[in-house]
Amino acid sequence: MSIAVAAESASGQKIAAEPPSRKRRSTSGKAAVTGWAMLAPAGILMLVFLIVPIILTLSLAFTDARLISPTPAKFIGLNNFTRLFGSNVFWHSLQNTIVFALVIVPVQSACALGLAVLVNAKVRGTNFFRTVYFLPVVTSMVVVSMLWLFMYQQDGLINALLAKIGIAGPDWLGDPNTALFAIILMSAWQAMGFHMVIWLSGLQTISADLYEAASLDGANGWQQFAHVTWPGLKQTRTFILITITIAAFSLFTQINVMTQGGPLDSTSTLVFLAVRTGFQQQQTGYASAMSLVFFVLVLAVSLVQRYLTRDKDLQR
Amino acid sequence: MISLKKLGVLGLAAALSISVAACSKGGGSQATSNSTAGASGPVELSMWTHNAGNKEELAAITSVVTDFNASQAKYQVKLQAFPQESYNQSVTAAAAAKKLPCILDIDQPNVANWAWAGYLAPIEGMDDTLGKFLPSTVAKYNGKTYAYGYYDVSLVWVTRASILKKYGIRTPTIDQPWTADEFGAAMKKVKDSGDFKYPADMGTGWTGEWWPYGFSPQLQSFGGDLINRTDYKSAQGALNGDQAIAWANWFASMAKDGNMAKKGSSDPSQDFMNGKTAFLWNGSWTAVPTRKKFDDVIFAPPVDFGNGAKVGGGSWTWGASTNCGDPAGAAEYLKFAAADKYVAKVAQDTNNIPATDAAAALVPAFAPGGENDIFRQYSKKFTVMRPETPGYPFIATEFEKAAKDILNGADPKTTLDQAVSNIDANQQQYNS
Repeated sequence: MSIAVAAESASGQKIAAEPPSRKRRSTSGKAAVTGWAMLAPAGILMLVFLIVPIILTLSLAFTDARLISPTPAKFIGLNNFTRLFGSNVFWHSLQNTIVFALVIVPVQSACALGLAVLVNAKVRGTNFFRTVYFLPVVTSMVVVSMLWLFMYQQDGLINALLAKIGIAGPDWLGDPNTALFAIILMSAWQAMGFHMVIWLSGLQTISADLYEAASLDGANGWQQFAHVTWPGLKQTRTFILITITIAAFSLFTQINVMTQGGPLDSTSTLVFLAVRTGFQQQQTGYASAMSLVFFVLVLAVSLVQRYLTRDKDLQR
Repeated sequence: MISLKKLGVLGLAAALSISVAACSKGGGSQATSNSTAGASGPVELSMWTHNAGNKEELAAITSVVTDFNASQAKYQVKLQAFPQESYNQSVTAAAAAKKLPCILDIDQPNVANWAWAGYLAPIEGMDDTLGKFLPSTVAKYNGKTYAYGYYDVSLVWVTRASILKKYGIRTPTIDQPWTADEFGAAMKKVKDSGDFKYPADMGTGWTGEWWPYGFSPQLQSFGGDLINRTDYKSAQGALNGDQAIAWANWFASMAKDGNMAKKGSSDPSQDFMNGKTAFLWNGSWTAVPTRKKFDDVIFAPPVDFGNGAKVGGGSWTWGASTNCGDPAGAAEYLKFAAADKYVAKVAQDTNNIPATDAAAALVPAFAPGGENDIFRQYSKKFTVMRPETPGYPFIATEFEKAAKDILNGADPKTTLDQAVSNIDANQQQYNS
């Protein structure tokens, strides 16, 4: 998500910086220098923390580089990739990552939209609810994971509540059938406050005149939502879709704190696998190959999303 | 390719130093001069420890350093403490940047890995002194000594005399530990009574190094091992042979039969003291709180599953780096610090087993007849070191994953075969 935000802000900067520099290039070189100087802080940060690591990952993926080793890294061609594609854990992790993304994108964005519509209502105390819904977002993911770890225990809070209505809860994180679902639920709860705020900002850009006109035409609540609110949220929708997707693909913290990929690889994800391989198992080259596959995957998904959500009116 | 890798590791070093600076409470800056020989005055020797969050041990080590600095005028040791969580990463990053301190402490299982990578310089000329240390406190690789430690810990089955009496279970001794059958019968009796939530807790709620440390001795007691120790080339037969499968079946059955939780709590000692469990597989560090709670607590030896009772060995050890500007100074400190009185002080302040007999005699609890003497005897008699190969950190992660999968119902043979093939592939690089 931070990458997406960085990219967003960087592209925003580019747009802001370009027109003046193009206009004045002929008249004054000084302005161009100023433009570059303004770009420098973001540019250097992106170069050092984004571009350079990506290039390094790209090259290390084809070597047998180790985190700790007396011998220099050797070029080993596609060995890392053949090993990766032959690994069961990799396919499990890929599958888990995709399932996580497929479930959490609609669930989280829909819940966030629901919350946004609720707290957008003009009643007393909305600020209180906005704060409450936003609280999990400002709480560290590690803390949230620890809390839910306790709640998900076999004799934890959730099962105690279920027992009250006569349901014997499962061992949420200890059962391969429920572990990933439990993580999805908790992740959606933690992050939906953030997207609620984004939806809310989108909702508030929709002019009240449109609602007024719609109600004069006799549209009921649902019709107003379907024909005024939903079309008005188009830009917001694209942004939310892409940020949730990217965040979903980089699922790591919850896994690392709560399950360490278990039980039986049922919650292992690509990023978790790469971190475990690169740091605990010291296989930098192999982990780079995983990261590269991950990078290509996220890039492909983002490009497809960009294509599907492109502004069709503009294209014509 | 060399420069490329270096660049990568340097990038990592930069990122880590930022994270260390951001996270550590008492860490401070990474830039440490290795040894700056002033025109006048003593040579400064930098020294790193993982003890920033461990008040007692840090104070004991600091007192050793203070004594050394006062004892001579040639060298001045400067101690820097890191939080344990980021310590290994800091050392790795510092090694890549050629900024290792002169003297550092190393978790024993990492010694072979770091020695192989060229981080550590062998310790020479201390054979006489270190010959008196418990073997498990002297870290060796390829026949050379790289580090020594002040203390070790032992694994024990913690239970209570009243529990043994109530369920008619024999009190085991160091010469006659429980057999597998006795232990199984005890589990069944306690479980059938329904008095406890689980009969046993083996620390399955913990993650990381506890798994190989706590459970590979049980594997070894069955006759298996993490790797063939003749040449450390392969785990074939050791980790997936019949004995290893027998261990895996027993381990899985402990959870399946309801003798212990598949994933225990994060504080097993607390559960034991609250009467939720009857038998606790834990380190000797649990002696202090459990004794405070119960006056009849018993620290029983490990179960003998056929190949003798076993406990793990090796704790934090001290050594010198290859980056030191004044190796003679580092060697001098290591000699000075190995004196029995310092071994006694550090061990006493941390409640661990002193590394030498003479030091043990100075610590009443660990002296012959003392209440902790039993841990020292277990350590002397039952210790099997974790394999002293550079591949150990990798083996440890593979074993942890395999053991967890087996506990969760994976097929033992398939799981262990997979771990063996991963370990064998990884070990290859160390033989060239």
